[in-house]
Amino acid sequence: MSILGLFQKRSSGAVARDRLQLILAHERAESGRPDLVIQLREEILAVIANHVAVEPDKVKVTLERGEGVSTLGLDIELPLGASAKLDAKLAAKLAEVAANKGSAKPASSKKAA
Amino acid sequence: MAKVLVVTSGKGGVGKTTTTAALGAALAQGGQSVCVVDFDVGLRNLDLVMGAERRVVYDLINVVNGDAKLPQALIKDKRLETLHLLPASQTRDKDALTDAGVARVMDELRDKFDWVICDSPAGIERGAQLAMHHADVAVVVTNPEVSSVRDSDRIIGLLDSKTAKAEKGEDMEKHLILTRYDPMRADRGDMLKTEDVLDILSIPLLAIIPESQEVLRASNLGCPVTLNNPLCAPARAYADAARRLKGETVPMSLPVERKSFLDKLFMRRAA
Repeated sequence: MSILGLFQKRSSGAVARDRLQLILAHERAESGRPDLVIQLREEILAVIANHVAVEPDKVKVTLERGEGVSTLGLDIELPLGASAKLDAKLAAKLAEVAANKGSAKPASSKKAA
Repeated sequence: MAKVLVVTSGKGGVGKTTTTAALGAALAQGGQSVCVVDFDVGLRNLDLVMGAERRVVYDLINVVNGDAKLPQALIKDKRLETLHLLPASQTRDKDALTDAGVARVMDELRDKFDWVICDSPAGIERGAQLAMHHADVAVVVTNPEVSSVRDSDRIIGLLDSKTAKAEKGEDMEKHLILTRYDPMRADRGDMLKTEDVLDILSIPLLAIIPESQEVLRASNLGCPVTLNNPLCAPARAYADAARRLKGETVPMSLPVERKSFLDKLFMRRAA
């Protein structure tokens, strides 16, 4: 790179190449498991629901694909004084998750029981 | 209550996604709340042109199937507070979109925004028909080139027969955006003239977008052209188009690049 290059803004073509390389690497890695995020969310919620009544609508899921890693963020609103009572819809969903898993994880099998 | 606008063309590669991003950003820059929706299931690209590809979690099909609620799936633009994106699914088939499911999501979007802009897939099959079905206004994107004009004519036919408006016997409001227009070549007679295209398609002109390197540069950077360089010729053309959509009267002109001495001097470095 020339001295001038240090002061030059990166060309848009180079930005395009970097963006494509990053997103394609993620898409290739994700291609086998398109529903991974949904499954992770359901199972994490199941664990939390053991202790707190969580409103499924009050869960914000973010994903940031970066160099070599993805960051999954879950923003879950925990109501004050919430009991461990489960909302019926969520319970049904959890049972479904547990059934799909067969030899279920401890959290979901407890729910299904 | 939003106005639902479909950006469609029949032919691929004429600038639907660029136009969706540019009009969406231009309307949001004018203070309107906007959601751009990618209907190109399996081949999503609006996220890439908007620069949001790294943040996609849920998509239109997740919302239609009830795997996610609409607010959870909307991606807020980092530059414009009132601009949102609803991405298409990259992995699933368009058959996962049910008519009723799409209708429900469109109703919900209508309540939330001033404008809902649907980026149609190419072609005239189900995907393109779903994208246009709920529209109040259609923007037909055409290149001054024979196959593009012919395909636009097919799409205009579908807009007048296959949409909810058409089925109710109402008129669909249609506008033409002519993209990649090169005035030099048109003057030489080597390109279809604007009047020729308007004559053949007989729908009103919304904007002429001149051929410009700024369009490619903006998509390289993942930024709508109206946001990346608001003063460049295509950005001004799109901004005028957005004002016309809002009902303002803006005189039609073909924007050209304004080049100062300094611009010319630094043009090679900036490219």
